[in-house]
Amino acid sequence: MSAAPETVLETADLTAFYGDFQALFGIDLHVGRGETVAIIGANGAGKSTFLRSVVGQLPSEREQVTFEGEPIGHLPAHEIVRRGIALVPEGRLLFPSLSVEENLRLGAYGKRAGPWRIERVHELFPVLRERRATPGTRLSGGEQQMCAIGRALMSNPTLLLCDELSLGLAPVIIRQLYAVLPVIVSEGTTVVVVEQDINQALSVADRVYCFQEGRVSLQGRPDELSREDVATAYFGV
Amino acid sequence: MEWLDAIIQGVLLGGLYALFATGLSLIFGVMRLVNIAHGDLIVLAAFLGLAMVNGTGVHPLISLIVIVPVMAGIGYALQRGILNLTLGRDILPPLLVTFGLSIIIQNVLLEVFSADTQRLKAGALETASIAIGEQIAIGWFPLIVFLSAVGVIAILQLVLFRTRLGTAFRATSDDHETAALMGIDNRHVFALAMALALAVVALAGTFMAIRTNFSPAIGPARLLYAFEAVIIGGLGSLWGTLAGGVILGVAQAIGAKFHPGGQILAGHVAFLIVLVLRPNGLFPRTRDR
Repeated sequence: MSAAPETVLETADLTAFYGDFQALFGIDLHVGRGETVAIIGANGAGKSTFLRSVVGQLPSEREQVTFEGEPIGHLPAHEIVRRGIALVPEGRLLFPSLSVEENLRLGAYGKRAGPWRIERVHELFPVLRERRATPGTRLSGGEQQMCAIGRALMSNPTLLLCDELSLGLAPVIIRQLYAVLPVIVSEGTTVVVVEQDINQALSVADRVYCFQEGRVSLQGRPDELSREDVATAYFGV
Repeated sequence: MEWLDAIIQGVLLGGLYALFATGLSLIFGVMRLVNIAHGDLIVLAAFLGLAMVNGTGVHPLISLIVIVPVMAGIGYALQRGILNLTLGRDILPPLLVTFGLSIIIQNVLLEVFSADTQRLKAGALETASIAIGEQIAIGWFPLIVFLSAVGVIAILQLVLFRTRLGTAFRATSDDHETAALMGIDNRHVFALAMALALAVVALAGTFMAIRTNFSPAIGPARLLYAFEAVIIGGLGSLWGTLAGGVILGVAQAIGAKFHPGGQILAGHVAFLIVLVLRPNGLFPRTRDR
């Protein structure tokens, strides 16, 4: 049996379009097994577009996205998810017709084996057990985010993509959410977080990519990057 | 007593209307698709039943063992092969395509079976009844139809709220892009919903064919009854659809008491009154948005 590839996700010259508008201009990015990688950048830099391209919500070419050594750029979203990539989407996007528990269980629709079961998610976020019968969208913003993370974990992903976990949440809630990332990583999951909050991103990441206008403007380890470098790469000034 | 009898017959007729409407309600609920060919698919099922009964001599109710899975298969193939391609942000393509499908089905049926009116013979079942007192009799067949409607809706409720597929239906209905992120193949889920809808259509078509004369041209009127039942009941509520069917049936039965030609009109008037007083129907599904 050959060892699993050390690079979990790799994009090569990844482009993305919304109609005629080009949002990504050749993104080269790689994520190693067990790493936590942060993608930072201003609003409109292409961070969310990048995640949407990786999970197949936006079309790309076959070879532009490689997951565990296999090209997946051409696959539809549901097949990519079944291969082991899960996205916590921006704005949570819980299903309003489903209860908290149904939202979580639907995450396991693809039936991948792994450490994450509903009991384990409840351990991570006890409030989801208490509010299991509540419609997902009746939860507070922070609880919804917990439910969205739990739902993504239920698919036992190899790679977890988190889009703007902190958006619209109180600092204390954001700290709680970020505190669970190490637990998730310790279960063997590789994590990519997209963040506008630079400090939050730098505090959890092994490596950082900064996007600016659809291109990678900076990359490196948080301790290698000076504040000036990040500010220039982030704001373009 | 005569009025009570009319109301009872109307309620039982409502069961048939509910069966007409259930499939329409289900596919609208799951994929926001308004199927203009729904009535013609009911008539198609009736003709398939006719062909089988004439060909093999089996009882129409026995023919359901074949017609139900055949219609479900047609539904799956239709959705997978054609209708999925029409779904998107624009609601016009599915309307146009199902409208075209309606015309095609009518003309194929006309070509194969001619414009003659037909009837499925169910033997003694057609006239068998239970007498209640001296003036009221409940026909066994209308009762079977009504109980079937209740049974079908109960089963669909179980599927929707107690099974993994039902959860996928509801999630896809909420947000099909995010549903795909759960590993749900929307094309397959939509096709399964259409298969389920046409299985119910098979039942409705066969019951209709035993109850009344039918010909290739009557599909659009069945579509209208189905629409009315769904809208009276409230979009997205299956039990509401049953109530809608019953209200329509009772209104028609009462209308027929006033005037022999008043049956159809009374149904439409009842629909109009509900639409004016409760534009969202009587039992709209409450949802958080």
